Amino acid sequence: MKSLPITIDGVRKTYGSYVALDDVSIDIQAGEFLTLLGPSGSGKTTLLMALAGFVRLDRGKLLLGDRDITRLTPNKRDIGIVFQNYALFPHMSVLANVEYPLVLRKTPKAEARQRALDTLARVKLEGLAERNIAALSGGQRQRVALARAIVFEPRVMLMDEPLSALDKNLRETMQYEIRRLHDDLGITTIYVTHDQREALIMSDRIAVMNSGRIQQIDTPQRIYDRPSTRFVAEFMGEANIVAPGSVRKIDGADASREALMIRAESFHLDATLAGRDGMVLEGMLRAKTFRGENWLLTLALDGGQEVLVCIPSALAGGCAELAAGQRVTAYAPATKVHAIPGAAA
Amino acid sequence: MLEAYPDNRLALILLWSFCALVLAFLMLPTLVVVPLSFSASDFLEFPPRAYSLRWYENFFGSATWMAGLRTSLILGTLTATVAVPLALLACISMNRLGGKAAATIQGVLLTPSVVPGILLAIGLFFVLAAQRLVGTLFGVLVGHVVLAIPVACIVLLPALARFDWNQVQAARSLGANWPRAIGGIIVPQLQISLLSATLMAFLTSLDESVISIFVASGQNSTLPKLMFLSLRDQIDPTIAAISTLWTVIVLVAVLIVSLRQKS
Repeated sequence: MKSLPITIDGVRKTYGSYVALDDVSIDIQAGEFLTLLGPSGSGKTTLLMALAGFVRLDRGKLLLGDRDITRLTPNKRDIGIVFQNYALFPHMSVLANVEYPLVLRKTPKAEARQRALDTLARVKLEGLAERNIAALSGGQRQRVALARAIVFEPRVMLMDEPLSALDKNLRETMQYEIRRLHDDLGITTIYVTHDQREALIMSDRIAVMNSGRIQQIDTPQRIYDRPSTRFVAEFMGEANIVAPGSVRKIDGADASREALMIRAESFHLDATLAGRDGMVLEGMLRAKTFRGENWLLTLALDGGQEVLVCIPSALAGGCAELAAGQRVTAYAPATKVHAIPGAAA
Repeated sequence: MLEAYPDNRLALILLWSFCALVLAFLMLPTLVVVPLSFSASDFLEFPPRAYSLRWYENFFGSATWMAGLRTSLILGTLTATVAVPLALLACISMNRLGGKAAATIQGVLLTPSVVPGILLAIGLFFVLAAQRLVGTLFGVLVGHVVLAIPVACIVLLPALARFDWNQVQAARSLGANWPRAIGGIIVPQLQISLLSATLMAFLTSLDESVISIFVASGQNSTLPKLMFLSLRDQIDPTIAAISTLWTVIVLVAVLIVSLRQKS
């Protein structure tokens, strides 16, 4: 199966005066796993539904390979979609659900059956072919939805928060399975989620969206460590943004003019490990919270700004004894201090 | 409501008797016709002095009545066949459009059910006359379809509101065009509502008399039209026999649908 690249070119969609998509452009490579990440209302689902053909764009172009699909009806796009609520057909058996796209394509009966059974085996649902949809668990429904979306060998797969209805453990299992399935099939995949952890774990690249715009597109690691906007910095995890001028020159950035971002977990409390060019912050401990794998400390700097410091439980020997009101010094290595261009704190 | 007075027997008895009275008031006029239809007398008299099946024989033996029955059954079937698919499509579009557009469409479609029948019949008469369709079965069919669409919509709209539209989008993305998505995904799941809508449309046509009186002509007069005409000319218990048969047919149809709904 050959997968195709997708080009999203200058796409705009408005609902009355509300701008759902504001000049969005993304180039997605063949076989890539790209995640659209953003809070609700950021436009990520609108963009996905536009690719699927359910949202008519005001402006811009969508290309699948070199074919313009902007005005193509959904049934002619050959795109596999996994919906948030699975959208399985309750009046059909598991097998009939998976065979459905093949029946529509007039695949010979025996071949359709065989391909559906093979696909069910691929998503580990052997033996459930004759079941009713109502008799399946949430995880099993998820797998049927996956099987139905890949059985006709689409060139592109779209997934709209497919794991949001599952409990945490199952969700993590499915994250790896979906990624494995993607790697096996090599199918270009666009995945929508609001869960930044999920995005980091699964994606080749992440496009962070907010209020209809792309904030940043990059690899998970760069999105996390080198956010290009304050929004991305804060959406991706516990970020501290320190105002320009409060720290001297760090890591080549002009600390007097640019806001600096330090992730909460980049800090440590061990003075002996502090490098010469790192960041040193001193403040009063305002609150501490035990979170299992780590402690979260809130420090109030002398300027009044609050800084979150996250210390792994394994290294947090002294954290339990720290008392509110105590003065604490936190260190961060220079490599973990990132200047956000143009984002004054 | 009844649970609110668990201990008050008097209140319960009063409530039940009141309900029984209301039901009796609604049902009795219909039921009075039944003994009348078995009367041996030439006139409508209650209670009948002797019983016979002569009025049923009269009905089934009369070519005019039989032609009317045939017309009514054909018309009812055609009305349901035309009105229900149209109503389904209209309801789907209302469901998808939402907001003002849907409210406007709904307003227009439901108008025939609130406009007095006589106005509708007169209007229809002039429209059909201009097209030289007065007196044709097609003309009456148009009138009945216009009346049956709102009835079918009232049944189908709530059913569609409960329907998970993502399923249609899924079907579309899997390669189904509109007719296949509607026929393969929506229709099988709305079976029961579609059956009720069909029955309601059929009964609407079967029961309709005003449009038929204005638009239908001699050889395609419907049964209700013939009944009105015969009431004007002479009052004989054939009418009672037909009414009884009518009631039984409707009762059976409704029973079948409600039994299917339960299973």
